[in-house]
Amino acid sequence: MSAKPSKANDKTFRRPGPMLTLVRSFCRSWSARACLAVMSVIVLAAVFAPWIAPQNPYDLAQISMLDAMLPPGSRSMSGMIYWLGTDGQGRDLLSAIIYGLGISLEVGVLTAIFAGIVGITLGLLAAYRGGWVDAAIMRLVDLQFSFPAILVALMLLAFMGKGIGNVVVALVVVEWATYARTARAAALVERSKEYIEAAICLAIPVHRIVYRHLLPNCLPSLIVIATIQIGRAIALEATLSFLGIGVPVTEPSLGLLISNGSNYMLAGKLWVSFWPGVALLVTVVTINLIGDRLRDVLNPRSL
Amino acid sequence: MLGWLIRRVLQAALLVLATTVIVFIGLHFVGNPIDILVSPQADSVERLRLTKALGLDLPLWRQYLRFLDGVAAGDFGISFVYGQPALRLILERMPATFELAGAAMVIAVGFGIPLGLYAGLRPESPASRLVMGASLFGFSLPAFWVGLMLIFCFAVRLGWLPSSGRGATVSILGVRWSFLTLDGLRHLILPALNLALFEISLVIRLTRAGVREVLPQTFVLFAHAKGLSDTRVIFVHVLKNILIPVITVVGMEFGSLIAFAVVTESVFAWPGMGKLIIDSINLLDRPVIVAYLACMVVIFILINLIVDILYMVLDPRVRK
Repeated sequence: MSAKPSKANDKTFRRPGPMLTLVRSFCRSWSARACLAVMSVIVLAAVFAPWIAPQNPYDLAQISMLDAMLPPGSRSMSGMIYWLGTDGQGRDLLSAIIYGLGISLEVGVLTAIFAGIVGITLGLLAAYRGGWVDAAIMRLVDLQFSFPAILVALMLLAFMGKGIGNVVVALVVVEWATYARTARAAALVERSKEYIEAAICLAIPVHRIVYRHLLPNCLPSLIVIATIQIGRAIALEATLSFLGIGVPVTEPSLGLLISNGSNYMLAGKLWVSFWPGVALLVTVVTINLIGDRLRDVLNPRSL
Repeated sequence: MLGWLIRRVLQAALLVLATTVIVFIGLHFVGNPIDILVSPQADSVERLRLTKALGLDLPLWRQYLRFLDGVAAGDFGISFVYGQPALRLILERMPATFELAGAAMVIAVGFGIPLGLYAGLRPESPASRLVMGASLFGFSLPAFWVGLMLIFCFAVRLGWLPSSGRGATVSILGVRWSFLTLDGLRHLILPALNLALFEISLVIRLTRAGVREVLPQTFVLFAHAKGLSDTRVIFVHVLKNILIPVITVVGMEFGSLIAFAVVTESVFAWPGMGKLIIDSINLLDRPVIVAYLACMVVIFILINLIVDILYMVLDPRVRK
């Protein structure tokens, strides 16, 4: 009975798809809905930054040195209100934060995609092949885990230099191992189940078994890991940019904004590094809470 | 036991060797090694001379052997900026970083274990919930930003503590320490607290989980049945059993603390090797970068080795 329903059955009572079930059970909790709402606002603001932000902070025609270091709530020469104040170049801090969020999220998501592709492929390969392939890949994973992320990323960037692309490469090198370990653990459980045995008996090619049968059943735990890893990547990128070895000055992420503001802090002007930090904190905490909630809903432990 | 130790040390040595290969490949394939090893100020005659002198015209395997030779002799080249041997620069600043990481560790254990113990013994009380909520924030807060906020509160606004530097130091056996003078101690508090933030959260969570696991076990019940006082059961029987995992993790984390000190030292201008490495990266002082990397690899492998040995000593079950 538990076998896949036939086409005819499928039409008569259509069960909700796995995505819809996931969304429904995710939203059952009040705080989860709040997190999702906050995250939507952050993502939408970052994506539509050029239309939402009060000014384009990197268009020199729109900023004026006369407005530099105004406290939050000040009015500009042209009558615009700087809700979060301005920085040393006279940029509207709110606009800079919205643009910076975009760069931070871009780094986080790109890292998750590439680290996911590399890590999941190697993890599945290790689980499916076993033997020396498994041993070699897992040794590499162990090696990766024995050094802290910040150190590895720091050294890679020291040799490669600044740039969004380089930051993503460094973060992928740091994070792929987590995906590989998770994918392998989930795939090892799935591999021993009967449907994989059935697929092997049907002489389905290996790549098809791995990607069409094994991978979809490993997805729940991978989704949880990916969410938490995006948060981690954003925090790490901010740290690297704060140290001045992450993104270039022309594309300031939240970390770089905080770094710029730190110069004014000793003069008692807190807002330039305070508000980008709050934006970073809210983003990372929200992503972590969503990850926790996903873990509860998908419950990868009970696989 | 001895066989295991020898195997473990050999493994560590092999790892060091593997890392030198990676560093060598990194030096030679990521960029032109001449650009990395020769100061950008050098003219073309000087470059040619140095190419010969550094052996960059030799086949790759001979170059690797030369590189290994230099590393074994502790020769990582001369810093472009300071004009001193790169390794000596790192070693000079190492005590400051170790002092900071050690202080952070003391804070993490000193606050983490009591708070975790409390949260584990009274999981339903509002104070416990507050502690656990705070520890969640400790994990998510960007450490460098918290450091800036600490400076703003305690140095700029309240003016209680200094915001940067090491303060007065006392020299013992040729090494300067801050924590032995009052001024040095005042300089140490904020950076150490900042660095400890993540570890405090970690120790709280570990201790709490350990307490929750140990409390329902029969030996605790038996200790109570023997008529021992609650204090004795908790501080002798329970605490002893949760300390092993906590100490293992904390020991392993010491390496992370040293790595993460890069961030804290930059925020508080603490003159350790983390600050040196960031300055060196920004100034493209590559011999220092390579020497730092080599030192970190050795430190990490040593820490892993020591923790493994400690684990064997502490937990008789692992010895088999």
